[in-house]
Amino acid sequence: MGDAHHVCDVLVVGAGPAGLAAAWRAAQSRLRVTVVDDNPAAGGQIWRGGPPEAQVWLERIRGVDVEVVSGARVFGQRAPRMLVAETATGVCELNYASVVLATGARERFLPFPGWTLPNVMGAGGLQALVKTGLPIEGKRIVVAGSGPLLLAVAAYLRGHGADVLLIAEQASSVQLARFAVGLFSKRSQAFDLKRQLRNVPYRSGCWIVAAHGSEKLEAVTLVRGGKRWQVACDYLACGFHLVPNVELAELLGCEIERGSVRVDEFQQTTVSNVYSAGETTGIGGLELSLVEGEIAGLAAAGKHEAARELFRVRAKQRKFAELLNRTFALRVELKQLVTPETIVCRCEDVTFARLRAHDSWRGAKLQTRCGMGPCQGRVCGGAVEFLFGWRAESVRPPVLPVRVDSLNIIEGN
Amino acid sequence: MPETVTLVVDGVSVEMPAGSMVAAAILKTGVHAFRRSVSGEPRGPLCGMGICFECRVTIDGEQHCRSCQTVCRSGMDVRTDG
Repeated sequence: MGDAHHVCDVLVVGAGPAGLAAAWRAAQSRLRVTVVDDNPAAGGQIWRGGPPEAQVWLERIRGVDVEVVSGARVFGQRAPRMLVAETATGVCELNYASVVLATGARERFLPFPGWTLPNVMGAGGLQALVKTGLPIEGKRIVVAGSGPLLLAVAAYLRGHGADVLLIAEQASSVQLARFAVGLFSKRSQAFDLKRQLRNVPYRSGCWIVAAHGSEKLEAVTLVRGGKRWQVACDYLACGFHLVPNVELAELLGCEIERGSVRVDEFQQTTVSNVYSAGETTGIGGLELSLVEGEIAGLAAAGKHEAARELFRVRAKQRKFAELLNRTFALRVELKQLVTPETIVCRCEDVTFARLRAHDSWRGAKLQTRCGMGPCQGRVCGGAVEFLFGWRAESVRPPVLPVRVDSLNIIEGN
Repeated sequence: MPETVTLVVDGVSVEMPAGSMVAAAILKTGVHAFRRSVSGEPRGPLCGMGICFECRVTIDGEQHCRSCQTVCRSGMDVRTDG
């Protein structure tokens, strides 16, 4: 086992837009900055594969003295101001004075009959696979769920030769019309998407009710305005907007508010020297993530006045974020998709009927093992919260499954 | 021309662009069920970003590797359990 030790002034967890922006700003103050990320390359989920729009930020990082540790998953805290991460060959210790948590978000998955079939994937999930080598030319794909990600994914898949049959957005046309007004400031982006998605039906107030197949997906059933119909397809790319990744923040004792890490105006969490930026502090998109990252990086470097100058930009982006989240709020009908036999927790194959017998996440967990498998509730957590209103009660180390020899180095083991 | 790597998935050779992930290689060979769930259902990748653990396979003898987070290397021996 190769172990490594990194000592820095500012540690940034997550190399997506918020993390890169934070690292760049902190490094401008000539501090020792380390970025740790679990993916093989920097960029996060949105910039996976280094698209052109990411280049300006990747260039900025190359232009300053920042140490990037890729392929390392932070799983716990060994001592105060020391996180530990697992790499392919061992464990690395990350010692810091301040830390910026830019752990991003994941897709929200909602259970419906057939959602566990192979080739039913997240919208971002399928896109990630295509970005990392999956050929999809000529494949029939239905994109469904909610949020602006659906459009971006559909355009991307189409650009790679997929036959995108339909985009099903659960939000109503009334909600979407309000959003379209808010999009005015981003109209060039919106225009590009519209062009790329020419002739692809975009249906609002439309959602998946079931996926069909035996060994893999063969067709889906959709509903719109009370009318149901079936569509044969090779892949279903389905995600219901995003959920912040707050597990590490919780482990460090940061307060969580409505599912996001609570921060002050300088992006500092309720724990001193722990900052957070980007989707971790609430879903708001790329531009908000970048400016929050910059503010966090400046604040972590003690440059509060410079950080303050960015507050106006952030305020504007936050308004857009609020509109975004109102627009794509999930409709109650989606709670009715599960049948008693539908699996909710995929790791432990716990059905809706078994969960329904309990009145809290804790009770359900103890009796059914819901949320206790390898994903540790990251997939079913968002669904359980939506279906039952339960929220996970506490996070325990490790925040991700790790090798036994990695576990031994966490404090208290 | 981008560089490619060749790996073996369930005994079948597959060529992938360098930097591809193992999950993409598995799907390219036509295998969709990567593993069986605790109750025996077929499962494949869901999140594509390392959180759901549905894409676990055996790589070079090591079990439970997340194929969506593992970069393809030439000569890699990948076994699914679907």
